[in-house]
Amino acid sequence: MKPFQNHWRKATSAVISAICFLCALMVILPLALILFHLIRLGASSVDWNFLTHLPKPVGETGGGMANAIVGSFVLVTLAVLIGVPVGLLGGIYLSEFGSPRLNWAVRLAADILNGTPSIVWGIVVYALVVVPMKGASAYAGGLALGLIMIPLVVRTTEGMLALVPNSYREAALALGIPKWKSVVHIVLKTAGKGIVTGVLLACARVAGETAPLLFTASGNQFWSHNLSEPIASLPRQIYTYAIAPYDDWKRQAWAGALVLILITVAFSAGVRVLTRGSNTAGAR
Amino acid sequence: MIAATAQRKVVLAPPSKAGDAFFKFLTWGMAMMVFVLVALLGWELFQGSKISLQQFGWRFLIHDWDPGNGNFGALPFIFGTFVSSLLGLMIALPLSLGTAIYLTELAPRWLRRPALSLIEMLAAIPSVILGLWGIYVLVPWLRDHPYPLLQKALAWLPVFRGHIYGQSFLSAAVIIAIMIVPIITSMAREVFRAVPDSQREAAFALGATRWEVTWLAVLKGSRRGMFGAAMLGLGRALGETMAVTMVIGNSTDISASLFAPGSTLASAIANQFSEAVDDTYRSALFELGLVLLLVTIVTNILAHLLVGAVSAPQDAFNA
Repeated sequence: MKPFQNHWRKATSAVISAICFLCALMVILPLALILFHLIRLGASSVDWNFLTHLPKPVGETGGGMANAIVGSFVLVTLAVLIGVPVGLLGGIYLSEFGSPRLNWAVRLAADILNGTPSIVWGIVVYALVVVPMKGASAYAGGLALGLIMIPLVVRTTEGMLALVPNSYREAALALGIPKWKSVVHIVLKTAGKGIVTGVLLACARVAGETAPLLFTASGNQFWSHNLSEPIASLPRQIYTYAIAPYDDWKRQAWAGALVLILITVAFSAGVRVLTRGSNTAGAR
Repeated sequence: MIAATAQRKVVLAPPSKAGDAFFKFLTWGMAMMVFVLVALLGWELFQGSKISLQQFGWRFLIHDWDPGNGNFGALPFIFGTFVSSLLGLMIALPLSLGTAIYLTELAPRWLRRPALSLIEMLAAIPSVILGLWGIYVLVPWLRDHPYPLLQKALAWLPVFRGHIYGQSFLSAAVIIAIMIVPIITSMAREVFRAVPDSQREAAFALGATRWEVTWLAVLKGSRRGMFGAAMLGLGRALGETMAVTMVIGNSTDISASLFAPGSTLASAIANQFSEAVDDTYRSALFELGLVLLLVTIVTNILAHLLVGAVSAPQDAFNA
């Protein structure tokens, strides 16, 4: 080949490599900018007052998001109570009992559920719970988030159980242990870290969901004393404050967003700690 | 000694089958919940939209949205959903493929994992925070700097004419692009990683440059997977709600200009559901949900069929 052609080919390769590198930079850039603005605009407003006080009425400055922060934890707890048992057992079926054909169908259905816009869950739970109960409630919000969690937990459990070597199961069966005991005590235990990781990631995901809560948990400017009352949540409060025309609310929206991000990061940090030093479990 | 132990007969009762049968049934029931939920979604939305289905029929899909006169149609929202999602995909796809190529083929090994973690972090940012950042940082900047330049350069295209609003289809598309880049990137990365190294080595051995190796050994065989990754991104884009609601402007008009405000199916539900007091209005919003569900199901099934073979189950979380 002529030298000219070789130079040309090398130059093309270099240029395209550079373009790919720039693509990667452009993809990371929004993340950097979002974190920068969150800290610049939110950090000064996150103080003890913000974390421990109720919102003030319109027109008064100050107040905080204490009820929304607690509300988010309540909703995520409800979601875990609904999503984890169903998802875990469903995932166990896929990995330990299922047939290839049924598993294919379950996986497809789970992917469809994962791809369903969360606002759709919002109005479905509205029709299912809010209308019969004649009002928004923490139950409805928790249910919406829990239903969103189910397919996530099914897929992650199945994936993690598949990593458990078959010899473990065979060893248990050879000892005459009933299959369900071998699954619960040996297979689940082996995959435990990975499953907890998956559940934490699912929690982080639903903790940031706003759309399914708009019409189910609704919102609340005060503490809710009863799970059948509307309950405040952090994402919902951020949304309300972000689109409101008051400067003090905007300031608090940034502060709330920073707190929400920190909670999400805390979940992922939990994941990091759990997966440290293990290569079978963890988010790849 | 040995003979003695061998002679002692130890009779253990065989393990009970009842526990196993119960356990299998229980887990089966929970696995079936996944189908129940799909059916529940469809059924509740169908029930909710009954009034609207009866009153407007198929006309609903090609009619304007006029709640003031009790006339409902999904056309502006279907239009808005597809314009913003496809535009978002057009922005996100090249960036994601470039990033995925960089991560699998070009980047030094020590950089790959941290870079991937950053992309996963972007995926983990809640939609409402992206929306907040969108309203107060991204949209004002887009409106003041890139949009006028774009209009000046491409004024001969009707889609870039007209008054420049910050909250617009184009802003929604940019936000959508930011949201779907991580999904497409991580799917495309899985696809590229599934290509055996021996193929790359063969291409290198023939004297190919780095780009030629990527093109011949990796990209050419991954078309199907890349298409699947794009579909997965599109599915996510179609249903994106909060961030889009916050930056699209929520107008129910259909405009040819990308600088004009609009609405999507999801943003219309989020924005109008609590105002809808009469039954027809609410029913029409449920029907928007039904349309949205059907569109995303079709996209997701396509994506599932296209990337099913290469995707690991954990990828449910890259969403």
